[in-house]
Amino acid sequence: MGLLTKKDLKLVKDPLFDNNPITVQVLGICSALAITAQLKAAIVMAISVMFVLAAGNVVISLMRNIIPPKIRIIAQLVIAAALVIIVDQVLKAYSYELSKQLSVFVGLIITNCIIMGRFEAFALANTPWKSFLDGIGNAGGYGIILVIVAFFRELLGSGSLFGIKVLGDSVKKTGLYAFGYENNGFMLLAPMALITLGIIIWVQRSRNSSLIEEN
Amino acid sequence: MEHLELFFKSIFIDNMVFATFLGMCSYLAVSKKVSTAVGLGAAVIFVMAITVPLNWLLDHYILQEGALAWLGPEYAEYDLSFLSFIMFIATIATMVQLVEIIVEKFSPSLYNSLGIFLPLIAVNCAILGGSLFMQSREIPNLGLAFNYGVSSGIGWFLAILAIAAIREKIRYSNIPPALRGLGITFIITGLMAIGFMSFGGMLTGGTEKKAKKVETVKVVKNIKANNLANNTTEIKK
Repeated sequence: MGLLTKKDLKLVKDPLFDNNPITVQVLGICSALAITAQLKAAIVMAISVMFVLAAGNVVISLMRNIIPPKIRIIAQLVIAAALVIIVDQVLKAYSYELSKQLSVFVGLIITNCIIMGRFEAFALANTPWKSFLDGIGNAGGYGIILVIVAFFRELLGSGSLFGIKVLGDSVKKTGLYAFGYENNGFMLLAPMALITLGIIIWVQRSRNSSLIEEN
Repeated sequence: MEHLELFFKSIFIDNMVFATFLGMCSYLAVSKKVSTAVGLGAAVIFVMAITVPLNWLLDHYILQEGALAWLGPEYAEYDLSFLSFIMFIATIATMVQLVEIIVEKFSPSLYNSLGIFLPLIAVNCAILGGSLFMQSREIPNLGLAFNYGVSSGIGWFLAILAIAAIREKIRYSNIPPALRGLGITFIITGLMAIGFMSFGGMLTGGTEKKAKKVETVKVVKNIKANNLANNTTEIKK
């Protein structure tokens, strides 16, 4: 790793676990939960956020000395919106089905608090390369949580991963279903995303007691 | 009747927080005390009542395909709907700033209670989400758009009020340390969402299936019409 110094590496690694944007900084939950019923949608969402956050961080960081502080929120929103439009158009062109499924949640990347939070907290005060790494790291941390939640929801809810039936066929009673296993349709409903995320937070904080909140 | 149905539907069935998870960030951050939660909730209702109808006008007279026809027949072909994200968010951000200035000027007491929350609102997903859902659900007229804005705002207000009251009480309970704070809030929200799902049967009492049938019939008709048209063009050739 000639390009990455230890400090740079820390920028990428920290937000993945110990300073995760979702479970620790409590950012970007809005769009994270509604699209996690399927693994594929979750991964596409994670990649879209990574693109918007990394590119947006670089742009903001390049412009950090020009943007007047009074209107910086509008400037940040406009940059995020422009990048999201690119993502939306690409999705519509190359995988229309998926873009229909994600519906308004692609647009909601604009107001995803991770984007605004990182623009405001990091990119406005740091150099482009560092901001880029910070963007990759934070979007990665967001993606990891999304993928974990989606993995459990799709596996338990519809018995498949990426749409492939890994547990056997529920109609023909093959695989696990031959032993009387049933899909838990409840996992596909919205509230279970919240409860799954609550359990992830529980596990993470039991392993790392420094994250426990004072009540 | 249409208005009443939309009103209850957007408060209970399609509740912003419990059905679509919009505005979760500020929902979690500002729900530690009931008094601040009420302030933010009121500000959300206020801003949504303004921005959703405004964005409806924008959508119908500028952005939609053929919406520019009022400028003259040569503009009828334009489809600017790809610009809707940037237009909506710009409208919201400027309206929030404008509202802040106006409220500060004319009602200092209201400003003191709402003021600190207004800048937070520009980045609240619920506001942009309201406008985007207004667009994707094709709300037919301005009155209904206003109704949709107000009622989704009220739904959000109810949600944050409920969670704030629960969080104030739960401080005295004995929760496992690792679950304290964020974790338990998520699980409670999940349970509340399950409760709100039971409102689902309130309005649709069996009419939904009929509507779907009509739609499929229409599609079939369209396909037939298309086939006919194709055939006739082929015959002409």
